[in-house]
Amino acid sequence: MADGAAPVLEVRGLKTVFRTRGGEIHAVNDVSFTLHPGELLGVVGESGSGKSVTMMSLLRLLPAPPADIRSGTAKLNGRDLLAMTDAELRATRGARVGFVFQDPMTSLNPVFTLGNQIMEPLIKHKGMTKRQAETRAVELLELVGIPDARRRLYQYPHQFSGGMRQRVMIAIALACDPDVLIADEPTTALDVTIQAQILELVKELRQKLGMAIIWITHDLGVIAGIADRVIVMYGGQVVEQAPVKELFANPQHPYTRALLQTIPRISGERSERLKVIEGQPPILTGPLTACPFRARCEYRHDACDATNPPRRAIDGQAVGEGHDVACHWYALAKVEMANA
Amino acid sequence: MLDANPAPLVQVEDLKMHFPIYTGLFRKHTGDVKAVDGVSFQIMAGQTLGLVGESGCGKSTVGRAMLRLYEPTAGRVVIDGEDVAKLSPEALRKKRPSMQMVFQDPQACLNPRMTLEEIVSEPLDEHTDWSRDKKLERVYELMDQVGLNRRFVNRFPHEFSGGQRQRIGIARALALKPQFIVCDEPIAALDVSIQAQVVNLLEDLQAKLGLTYLFISHDLSMVRHLAQRVAVMYLGRIAELSPSKDLYARPLHPYAEALLSAVNEPDPELAARRNRIILKGDVPSPANPPKGCNFCTRCPKVMDICRSVKPDLVEVEPGRQVACHLYGIQSATGSTGGTEAIERKQQGVNQ
Repeated sequence: MADGAAPVLEVRGLKTVFRTRGGEIHAVNDVSFTLHPGELLGVVGESGSGKSVTMMSLLRLLPAPPADIRSGTAKLNGRDLLAMTDAELRATRGARVGFVFQDPMTSLNPVFTLGNQIMEPLIKHKGMTKRQAETRAVELLELVGIPDARRRLYQYPHQFSGGMRQRVMIAIALACDPDVLIADEPTTALDVTIQAQILELVKELRQKLGMAIIWITHDLGVIAGIADRVIVMYGGQVVEQAPVKELFANPQHPYTRALLQTIPRISGERSERLKVIEGQPPILTGPLTACPFRARCEYRHDACDATNPPRRAIDGQAVGEGHDVACHWYALAKVEMANA
Repeated sequence: MLDANPAPLVQVEDLKMHFPIYTGLFRKHTGDVKAVDGVSFQIMAGQTLGLVGESGCGKSTVGRAMLRLYEPTAGRVVIDGEDVAKLSPEALRKKRPSMQMVFQDPQACLNPRMTLEEIVSEPLDEHTDWSRDKKLERVYELMDQVGLNRRFVNRFPHEFSGGQRQRIGIARALALKPQFIVCDEPIAALDVSIQAQVVNLLEDLQAKLGLTYLFISHDLSMVRHLAQRVAVMYLGRIAELSPSKDLYARPLHPYAEALLSAVNEPDPELAARRNRIILKGDVPSPANPPKGCNFCTRCPKVMDICRSVKPDLVEVEPGRQVACHLYGIQSATGSTGGTEAIERKQQGVNQ
C-alpha cells in the first residue's frame, strides 16, 4: 500500500498507563501503526481494549495525572506529537488533526450557536475574519449536507437531531482541512438509517477531500463497508493487522476469528447457535507478560502463558504494512506445518 | 394463520399509548405524544416475537404498556386469557408473576445497595410466603439456571461485569416462573463478545422452560437469529409484521426494506456490492405525525394517497401483514376475495 509516499502518521511503541488508587492500569501496551495519505484505517476492539485511549494519547487529550504516556513516538508528517510544546500542540489540534467524538450531544457546547463553534477553529487557526469564517462555515455545513445552512448557523445544538449534530461535528473537524481525521465511534450513538447516511457522507467526503481517516469502532459491519486496512485491538495492544478484505476472508488471531463468528448475519444461512467467547476481557493491572487473550482462547498453549507474543508478519511484508498477527498459535501451527 | 397454530398466549389489539403535553401558565392540555398509536399483534406460546425499529419509534413503550408499567390509553392486551389493560390493581398484582421484564441497562436496573440474593429473592418476598431457606434454595436454583456461580450470592452489583449483571436481571425475571417475558434491548449495553453469551442463555431458557418472549431490539441481525416472527415499527405504528425468514429474504414495506439495507454486514465483498437505500431526513416528531402514512415524509416510493390516508395493517400474503398503500391498491383492484375479507376484518378491529 502506497509504498512511495511517506506516512501521514506513524506511531511507534506507544504506552499509556493510568495511575489510580487501586494501582496502575496499563491501558495501551506498545501500540504501533502507520497511516498513509488518503487511507481509511479501521480500529476495532471491545470497550477497554485501548482503542480510544490510544487516539486520545496521540493528541495528549487525556488528563495527566492520572494518564501517563510512558513511551513511544507519534510522528505527524515527521514531527513528533508527543514531544511538542503545548503551544505547538494547540496549533496542531483541530488544524492538522480533526477529531470527531462518539456522542454529538455532549461534545457540542449547548450554550453557543453552531456558527460560533464552527467558526472558532477558523478564526483561531486560520486567522480568518469573522465575516470570512462565516462564509466558510456555511460552505462547510453545505458540504456535510445540512439544508438551509445560513439560517442553521444561528441555532443551538438542541435544535438539531442526533444525525444532524454528528454532521456538524464532522464539519467542525473538517474546518481547517486537516491531514488526519480521527473519528471515535462516530456512528455508534445513531440509528441504523442515520448511520447509513453518515457513512455515505464520509465516503463522499473522502473522494472530494482525500484526507486520511482513522475510524474507531466496535462494529465489524461498519468496518467492512468503509475501511481500507484494519487493526484489531485486545488488552491494550494490536493483536492483528491486515487489509480489510484479507482480514475478513482470512482472519488469523483466535480473537478475530471468534469475534467474526459471534455476530449473527442478516443474510445467508441462519446459524442455529451463536459461537461464544467464554469469559471476560482482561483487567490490565500490570504490564503484559503473557498473551492477554489466553484465558478465553481455545488454542491456549504453554507458550501463551510464558510470554506475550510479538506481532509477526505472515505475508512476507514488513510488520505494519501487510497482514500481521500477535499469536503463538500461529507461529506454532507454522512450525508444525513445516515439520509435517 | 390463525387456524393452523395453537391459541396465542399474548394478543395485543389496537394498543395506544399517548402521553399528554401540557403547555402554558395553566398547564393546558395542548396535544399528545402518540408514542404507540394502534398496534396489534399476537405471540404464540413458546415463541419469540421480535420488535424492531429506530429509537423513538415506540418499541419500548409497547413493552412497558403491555405489562401495565404505563396505563395504556386504549386497546386490549390479552395474556393467557386475561385482559391486562383492564385488570383491577389487586387482580393485576396476582397477574404480575406470569409476566416479567428484562431491562436494557443492567447497571441501572439493579439496586446497588442490595446483594444478589436480595435482588433475586425480592419478587419471592412480594408474591410468596416462603421461608428464608426455601427462598434461598430457589435463588440458588435460578443462579444455576442462568450460569452464575453460587459463591456470588452475597455480592453486590458493582462486583459483577455487564454480562453477569444481565444474568442477574434474567434470574430475577425468572424467579416467579413467568410464562411471558418482555426483553427490552437486553444486549444493547453489552460488548459484542458478551452479547452471544446472553442470547444463547435466553434461547436455552426458552427451550427448557417454554417461555414466550417479546424481544425488543434495534439489532436486526440478532432479531433474525432469535425470533420466529418480527414486527417492524415506525413512529408508533407497525409497518410490517412477517415471519422472520420472509421478512429478511424479501421485505415488503419500503421502510422495512430501507432499514434492512442499512444494516452493515461484516463482509467487505458484500458491502461493496450492496445497494443501500439511504433514507433522506429524520423521523418526524410523534407529537405531530404526518397526516397520512407516518413514513410518507421519507418514503422513496411515496404516492399521493400516502400523504392523506393512513394505511391499515392488512394481510397481503399468507402470514404477512403490511401497512402500505402499495399493497392496498393491488388488493383493492384485483385481489382474491380472501385477502379482502381479511382486510375488512382488520379494519373492523381497528375501528
